[in-house]
Amino acid sequence: MPAVSKGDGMRGLAVFISDIRNCKSKEAEIKRINKELANIRSKFKGDKALDGYSKKKYVCKLLFIFLLGHDIDFGHMEAVNLLSSNKYTEKQIGYLFISVLVNSNSELIRLINNAIKNDLASRNPTFMCLALHCIANVGSREMGEAFAADIPRILVAGDSMDSVKQSAALCLLRLYKASPDLVPMGEWTARVVHLLNDQHMGVVTAAVSLITCLCKKNPDDFKTCISLAVSRLSRIVSSASTDLQDYTYYFVPAPWLSVKLLRLLQCYPPPEDAAVKGRLVECLETVLNKAQEPPKSKKVQHSNAKNAILFETISLIIHYDSEPNLLVRACNQLGQFLQHRETNLRYLALESMCTLASSEFSHEAVKTHIDTVINALKTERDVSVRQRAADLLYAMCDRSNAKQIVSEMLRYLETADYAIREEIVLKVAILAEKYAVDYSWYVDTILNLIRIAGDYVSEEVWYRVLQIVTNRDDVQGYAAKTVFEALQAPACHENMVKVGGYILGEFGNLIAGDPRSSPPVQFSLLHSKFHLCSVATRALLLSTYIKFINLFPETKATIQGVLRAGSQLRNADVELQQRAVEYLTLSSVASTDVLATVLEEMPPFPERESSILAKLKRKKGPGAGSALDDSRRDPSSNDINGGVEPTPSTVSTPSPSADLLGLRAAPPPAAAPAPAGAGNLLVDVFSDGPAAQPSLGPTPEEAFLSELEPPAPESPMALLADPAPAADPGPEDIGPPIPEADELLNKFVCKNNGVLFENQLLQIGVKSEFRQNLGRMYLFYGNKTSVQFQNFTPTVVHPGDLQTHLAVQTKRVAAQVDGGAQVQQVLNIECLRDFLTPPLLSVRFRYGGTPQSLTLKLPVTINKFFQPTEMAAQDFFQRWKQLSLPLQEAQKIFKANHPMDAEVTKAKLLGFGSALLDNVDPNPENFVGAGIIQTKALQVGCLLRLEPNAQAQMYRLTLRTSKEPVSRHLCELLAQQF
Amino acid sequence: MIGGLFIYNHKGEVLISRVYRDDIGSQAADSALFSSSGPFLEERERNAVDAFRVNVIHARQQVRSPVTNIARTSFFHVKRSNIWLAAVTKQNVNAAMVFEFLYKMCDVMAAYFGKISEENIKNNFVLIYELLDEILDFGYPQNSETGALKTFITQQGIKSQTKEEQSQITSQVTGQIGWRREGIKYRRNELFLDVLESVNLLMSPQGQVLSAHVSGRVVMKSYLSGMPECKFGMNDKIVIEKQGKGTADETSKSGKQSIAIDDCTFHQCVRLSKFDSERSISFIPPDGEFELMRYRTTKDIILPFRVIPLVREVGRTKLEVKVVIKSNFKPSLLAQKIEVRIPTPLNTSGVQVICMKGKAKYKASENAIVWKIKRMAGMKESQISAEIELLPTNDKKKWARPPISMNFEVPFAPSGLKVRYLKVFEPKLNYSDHDVIKWVRYIGRSGIYETRC
Repeated sequence: MPAVSKGDGMRGLAVFISDIRNCKSKEAEIKRINKELANIRSKFKGDKALDGYSKKKYVCKLLFIFLLGHDIDFGHMEAVNLLSSNKYTEKQIGYLFISVLVNSNSELIRLINNAIKNDLASRNPTFMCLALHCIANVGSREMGEAFAADIPRILVAGDSMDSVKQSAALCLLRLYKASPDLVPMGEWTARVVHLLNDQHMGVVTAAVSLITCLCKKNPDDFKTCISLAVSRLSRIVSSASTDLQDYTYYFVPAPWLSVKLLRLLQCYPPPEDAAVKGRLVECLETVLNKAQEPPKSKKVQHSNAKNAILFETISLIIHYDSEPNLLVRACNQLGQFLQHRETNLRYLALESMCTLASSEFSHEAVKTHIDTVINALKTERDVSVRQRAADLLYAMCDRSNAKQIVSEMLRYLETADYAIREEIVLKVAILAEKYAVDYSWYVDTILNLIRIAGDYVSEEVWYRVLQIVTNRDDVQGYAAKTVFEALQAPACHENMVKVGGYILGEFGNLIAGDPRSSPPVQFSLLHSKFHLCSVATRALLLSTYIKFINLFPETKATIQGVLRAGSQLRNADVELQQRAVEYLTLSSVASTDVLATVLEEMPPFPERESSILAKLKRKKGPGAGSALDDSRRDPSSNDINGGVEPTPSTVSTPSPSADLLGLRAAPPPAAAPAPAGAGNLLVDVFSDGPAAQPSLGPTPEEAFLSELEPPAPESPMALLADPAPAADPGPEDIGPPIPEADELLNKFVCKNNGVLFENQLLQIGVKSEFRQNLGRMYLFYGNKTSVQFQNFTPTVVHPGDLQTHLAVQTKRVAAQVDGGAQVQQVLNIECLRDFLTPPLLSVRFRYGGTPQSLTLKLPVTINKFFQPTEMAAQDFFQRWKQLSLPLQEAQKIFKANHPMDAEVTKAKLLGFGSALLDNVDPNPENFVGAGIIQTKALQVGCLLRLEPNAQAQMYRLTLRTSKEPVSRHLCELLAQQF
Repeated sequence: MIGGLFIYNHKGEVLISRVYRDDIGSQAADSALFSSSGPFLEERERNAVDAFRVNVIHARQQVRSPVTNIARTSFFHVKRSNIWLAAVTKQNVNAAMVFEFLYKMCDVMAAYFGKISEENIKNNFVLIYELLDEILDFGYPQNSETGALKTFITQQGIKSQTKEEQSQITSQVTGQIGWRREGIKYRRNELFLDVLESVNLLMSPQGQVLSAHVSGRVVMKSYLSGMPECKFGMNDKIVIEKQGKGTADETSKSGKQSIAIDDCTFHQCVRLSKFDSERSISFIPPDGEFELMRYRTTKDIILPFRVIPLVREVGRTKLEVKVVIKSNFKPSLLAQKIEVRIPTPLNTSGVQVICMKGKAKYKASENAIVWKIKRMAGMKESQISAEIELLPTNDKKKWARPPISMNFEVPFAPSGLKVRYLKVFEPKLNYSDHDVIKWVRYIGRSGIYETRC
């Protein structure tokens, strides 16, 4: 860069700036600026042409004024003129002004582009650099369009100067990041890789940044860079600290370049070539060795640079995850950092160790640092470091150290920061559940958890305890005893009361033998908490009381007394009042046999993915870390200890299970069918056997209570079943779909042709084809009788706002259908948006004078508009990761209804509409599919994965789409097919 | 009530800080529980001080509201040249009262040491603290009458007062007529009345009045002996009509000249009960100068000047402006200090001005042509024409054409207010109304006097 000569000092500018700085008030500053602007305007307007120097000076002043926050709406032309100057300083100011002030839609852009083009074509390296910097600084689409083709040429030209190449690489990187589509890939890509061999370290550094970015998109094009990068890296690593002169930073040779090279290598799997791999491993070892050497300087910059390389090396080792030796060494290195004076280092070490812990090679090595980590959790002053320590403890936990870790975390919980308490509670709950060897320990842990941090114990946690206690009879007695003891504390948390209420209500009889916990004692203990609790808890306690009446008839009088009290029977809360009234009547009306049946012990809950785990996942998002990884890697830990010691009760549960939480959010779609006379509540209780309902698998509390309660009157089926009080149903008014409609619909999810409906009178056949978002459906109505049907009117009805989602055009058919004849109706269907419910087909006709009507669900489901998409495994996983928001995923674990045959499943999936992708899932048993749902308004990408488990006769189905309701709906549709 | 009062210079440095209550400051509630003295108090005070500096004085965007709420603390400020006066409170005070107090405080300071400037405040800070002690007690405003204050807060060093004097001051300050001490004697009984008005106008280019009002003050300077009882009369429409009931003849004669006063406020010495019942203004005046009343009128305003603008855009790079001003009052009167300010576009690159009278100049720092005329008689007209050269700009934003504004001073009251009489009665001393020498002066000034172009 040419030195600025004395004459270029621009005294006027200096005076102006010092004037502005000396202004006492804002008003004075504005006055000065106005004056200057007027002066510049008159100068620019003036008749005599300005020389380059003054032009530069005034443009500079304008720039300064602009940077002070004032609008500048002139001077652009002068700045553009400066671009064609031959003086470096003038050109520089011109480019500076343009990078800062010119917006992309300016008319001047053409002139600017022209000037840039001239400079790029010039042989002067400084001018070329200025032009490249300007392109990169503006970085707009227009700039990209104009120069994206030229820059690669400059980059790989043999005669470009080093500084120009460096600028060109960075400029290209900027353009690529701004608009990747504009940068053409071509033969230059191969030559870019060879820049890694360049003599000039600056060029190499710039090139590495560029390649790292480019190779993320097209990894194959740049594969050759691996060996070059490795050899470059090894040259740097093995060089003495003085070899690289300009690029040695505090005795560390080229730290930035090394870090970038290591990052680049992390884009690829370990090199296949043994020689390259050997060299790389050698490099990595050297870096690890160097970390052990005494520092060459006491300066913090030296250690920072050194550690930056070290940490990047470790993350590369973790990325490769194939060198046990290196992994262990890395772990040991990090272990040293755990006790380092620098807080940042400790933080980074903990963070890296978290990832190391999930590697099978280094898991053991990580575990050796458990004491240090626990110490960090206790004594660390920085909350973020403590958080990392907690994460690491969670990650390194396994069966061998679970007890220690859980107890440490519990101890820490008492003093933990409020912000991370909930997370720690969840972690403790998960670890306790996952690694519980004996369930009494588990129960103890969770009760402790509630005692210490009751406020942070979410519902899922205590639901889970109840599920586990209910499902395992060996722990029930212990649980009842422990809960009873815990409740005796003078002040206990409401969650504890809930758990206590539930468990004693179910299993209180197991400890009733002990006179210290005799039934009346249990009852009075629970009732002493009653008045301190919220409505929800009180409701639960009331249910406990009625269960007590069944378990311990001797308490009946007392409990009835409590229920009869005015505070219950006339409670302001409707729920409590209803419960009190119903339970009281139930206890006095029903015989002991009936009571025993109604209030039977809860059946075991179906096994499913732990709801707590789901909660943690949701809380932390997709990157959630080791909890997810763990469960994926180790299938046996997937079911909560189910894989280790399966209990017969858990496997034989018949109902399809879903996520606990999902159920809470959306009530089961098929609620138990309401009996016709939903009026008399008590009758329902008796007529509806309790055994029928719990299989739906609601939350423990709900199940516990729903046993005793009539189905909610607002259940959709009940509404539909209600005889409509309306007068004559109009022609548009159609009846509810026939009960089998759903079943009939399910038949057509995976196929397009077949018989939709058949009875003694009528047969309806369907033939349909779908392309993109359009479909055509032929309906064949066959008269099976010998009598003519009259007023035959099939109509298609869109319930709700379906009309806006799906357009169906129907052709009218003849009103008479002769006996034995068949008429055909054509429907044209267009999918406008994604929809959930199918349209209804209502058929009315008169047969022998009596009107007949029939409502069916038209077999049009969203998956009909599926377009199969083929993609490679890598693409699939990339997209899979993109769709990782919890709402985008729908998962269902369900029992197979049909024999599990791979070919049949395959056919069904194809019929469903998705493409089947082979060789994507590492497990050949699993099915992976992909497709796009085409609607007029939008396209919904959809990825699915089906994992059959032949032993358990179960499937796990996961769907990820870009739209949340679609995921759920598709998942439900598909799950019914297997 | 006012929790504290701060005076800042333009840099936001605190010149005067007086805290009356400990509740101000953002952490007030917390630390008040533990300690209410020592460093904690300073700490709290500091918070409030800093909050105002950061959020108002140095705010990124100019704060236009005079009341700012920061962390449940209210800051009321007024600005005098480069000096900020801020009253701070945590309570729900009467904002009008606080501002009245701040204005009074400015008046008092001005009466003691002239212009309110950083220099003057620094030179008189002992005096200011003394004044603050007197006019604000525990955040409640007290007697802020300059005349009364000057009897016991003086600038001439410590003057030992006799017991008599002290008791006299006490009885005066705490008595019914706190604004006037007894036993004042003048050889010549004299009084001066100034009617000061400022006229505000917004006019359309076609000469249509869009809004106009006059805000005026009657300032009295009295040098009267004893405890005189005064009665002030003016051509208030209501009074005239009331009197006119008796003689219809008089009504028709004076009806034209009476004015309708929209609202008015009085000095505390005026007996409001009498004004309410009889609409007569009677009072015992303080000694020296004071503001007797303020008023506002909106009807029948005499506009002293008419501005006729003519702006023509000649192509993209030129603008021609012609402005005519006409004086609209008796030819015998002379207007003074006339200044017309013609805004120029932001891309002005050069201006040529020709004017018949006075001097005109393009002021780039203010983006305006300023035309000054020293004197101008009534019923005259004068003209300026200017050619403005423009620089073509990139964006085609249109010039907003701000209005042409004007400043002047005329020797009459644009509202039409006339002083009809000011009668003085002093029953105890032997001078009568006729012996008092009375002077009346009318001054009309421009407020915001704008014409759109």
